Amino acid sequence: MKQNNKQAHKFGMVIDLDKCTGCGSCMVACMSENNVPVKEDESDKKDSITWMRVYKLNNNKPFPETEICYLPRPCQHCSGKGDHGHSPCVSVCPATATDYDYSTGIVSQIYTRCFGCRYCMGACPYHARYFNWWDPKWPDGMESYLSPNVSPRMRGVVEKCSFCFHRYQLAKEQVYYDGEERIEDEAAYQTACTQACPAGAIVFGDLNNPDHQVTQIVKPNPHPEHDNHDVVGKSRNPKVFRLLERLGTNTKIYYMSERKWVRKLGDNYLDGEWEKADNHHGSSHG
Amino acid sequence: MFPFCFEWVWDAGHLLFFGGFWFAISILGAGMTWCILKALYETIYCDGSDNHH
Amino acid sequence: MDSALIPEGVKRCSFPKFFIGIAIVGAVVLWGVYGMLVCWLKGLNVTGMDDYYGFALWIWADLAVIALGGGAFFTGLLKYIFKVDELKNIINFVVILGFVCYASALLILAIDIGQPLRGWFIFWHANVHSMLTEVAFCLSCYFAVLTIEFIPNILENRQLDKVPFFHNLSHNMHGVMAIFAATGAFLSFFHQGSLGGVAGVLYGRPFAYREGLLVWPWTFFLFTWSAAAFGPCFSMVVLRITEAVTKKKLVKDNVIHLLAKISGWMITTYIIAKIIDTIYWATVTAPSMGLKMSFFFTGEGNGPYNYLILITEIFLCGVVPGLLLIVKSTRENPTTRLIAIILGAIGVSLNRWVMVLQVMAVPVMPFDKWALYMPTWPEIATTILPVAGGIIVISLAYRYLPVFPQEKELNEVTVE
Ligand code: SF4
Ligand code: SF4
Repeated sequence: MKQNNKQAHKFGMVIDLDKCTGCGSCMVACMSENNVPVKEDESDKKDSITWMRVYKLNNNKPFPETEICYLPRPCQHCSGKGDHGHSPCVSVCPATATDYDYSTGIVSQIYTRCFGCRYCMGACPYHARYFNWWDPKWPDGMESYLSPNVSPRMRGVVEKCSFCFHRYQLAKEQVYYDGEERIEDEAAYQTACTQACPAGAIVFGDLNNPDHQVTQIVKPNPHPEHDNHDVVGKSRNPKVFRLLERLGTNTKIYYMSERKWVRKLGDNYLDGEWEKADNHHGSSHG
Repeated sequence: MFPFCFEWVWDAGHLLFFGGFWFAISILGAGMTWCILKALYETIYCDGSDNHH
Repeated sequence: MDSALIPEGVKRCSFPKFFIGIAIVGAVVLWGVYGMLVCWLKGLNVTGMDDYYGFALWIWADLAVIALGGGAFFTGLLKYIFKVDELKNIINFVVILGFVCYASALLILAIDIGQPLRGWFIFWHANVHSMLTEVAFCLSCYFAVLTIEFIPNILENRQLDKVPFFHNLSHNMHGVMAIFAATGAFLSFFHQGSLGGVAGVLYGRPFAYREGLLVWPWTFFLFTWSAAAFGPCFSMVVLRITEAVTKKKLVKDNVIHLLAKISGWMITTYIIAKIIDTIYWATVTAPSMGLKMSFFFTGEGNGPYNYLILITEIFLCGVVPGLLLIVKSTRENPTTRLIAIILGAIGVSLNRWVMVLQVMAVPVMPFDKWALYMPTWPEIATTILPVAGGIIVISLAYRYLPVFPQEKELNEVTVE
């Protein structure tokens, strides 16, 4: 089922960075929802698993102008150049262990298929992929709290955010049970991080469904950009941006901020380019 | 790898890639088979005398 | 003791001496095997890699040995397809060297993957759009070709050759070797290229990404070209080492001069293409992603990745050896030739390093930091393992097989 099919979903998110307080609830919710193991020594973050990771950004100005911003980063579920489903990671996996689902826009990871070559990790500019360097372990007694809906992963394979795919499956079952055809209700399928965020900074939904809040905020442009045909789905809301948009990864995680310096940190710009990009964005749609 | 693997698709990518692969494998396989059979034949029927040098 | 196995008419050191040499190298092999077992049993947490550095020393070693082993396919191509007949005097040696290099690459890959027992998934569940799939298929097939090319030489061992079947088999294989070599060249073109493609297709990594032709980024062609150019350099370096260790001249100068000349022209043309590629990348590709060239070499926290590495790769280890090997006087002078071929071998290894390690080091998100990496002992031990293994294979081959057709003529054994 190709994405342009009317029936297809295109799940995505918009995260309001001005609301995010950096509390990390989304990270905790994600870890427990998805049975992410805990390392014995979690002090070295470079090899611990955080499907959802909150980055701390700052405007690089001395006191008293210093400002900070927290940026939660799940897998961006890239649709790839031109929105064709060739995400950076999916197109390189030699064993078809990660796949682009055209009916949902979700980038899946098949743990029992992955043989741990880590090529996908090298391909992902967002560092959204994590390798199981260790055997999965939980502190004593915590095993009984594991979710039965999510399979734990073995050592030596790569894992990443799945948009809580098991919740999508449960929602689909419910819809089928109710005699409907597809998930229309926004509340029927929500990710754990969205629900856990106390500030309500994360909005999740179907970008192909005009009734969903995420679509109304993002207002994605379905056509390729004139100056870069690889980019599809750019937001028509001047306050909304995507990470590294000009690479053409076409992520489905959108970020929103009133603050210019935050929006500027979303992508790399040569001298003078940012002002042009921002003005253009502001003037034509603002 | 084989058309019966479920990720197989009959598209240009698969035909070119695996066409090339099976072609190379066939050449190697056929070449080696020929060498071995000929050597067996020569060993058995050509009384072992050195007819090469 | 083992004199019945040694080729006729040549002189070899005494068996105890040989045995001691092998035992010393063997100890290094054992250390490597121990490192390998540690990696397999404990998992890759014993390495210096992390989630920012998923590709590191091992992938570099893979790319490097395959580039260095490229002498085998290129010399085979010249000898069997372009009929450069002089090269028959060195072809056995480069085939053995290629065999060692490719065996090393396969072994290292088997340690590098997180789930070695699932290694066959890359064949069974192949994603034909992945460069790594292309690498795996062509690499394994080409390893089969090298084995086939090596077998006749093994069968020419004095004792084995007495068995009529082996004698006939080796003769027949020689007869059709051109077909095998052509298949090998075809496979090599694709796997050398796709190794370049591995980095070039990463459009999320501006340092690696290159535009290209059809499905192949420019690095695809650059890697094939550079392997053909620098591979023979490495073959000549190892030959020179073998000659030094055995204190014998093994291949006539005219053969070496010819190979050096071909290599020189290949290096020079390659380096011109590489310079053009670098300029295009620096002025068009990277800026289109919002990045200046200086960012990749002078960014804050860039560690060892500065302009020096680029200059070393392109000028010192590219332009210089190219010119030294083109000019007749420096090519035929043993010292300058040695300098050139060593620089060449270093240059191509450095290029592979940059295309793997620096790619991983450069941050892409503006708020991310440079990632740096230090290998641990199991990684180093397992990288040295195939080198030591290779020394043993080459020593055994040299001792028991007629590897160098010109050896007898160049070293008349004087009856004392
Ligand atoms: S964010 Fe990374 S892991 Fe997720 S789809 Fe994009 S490239 Fe793949
Ligand atoms: S690590 Fe696993 S998912 Fe990633 S490219 Fe390799 S096989 Fe595919």
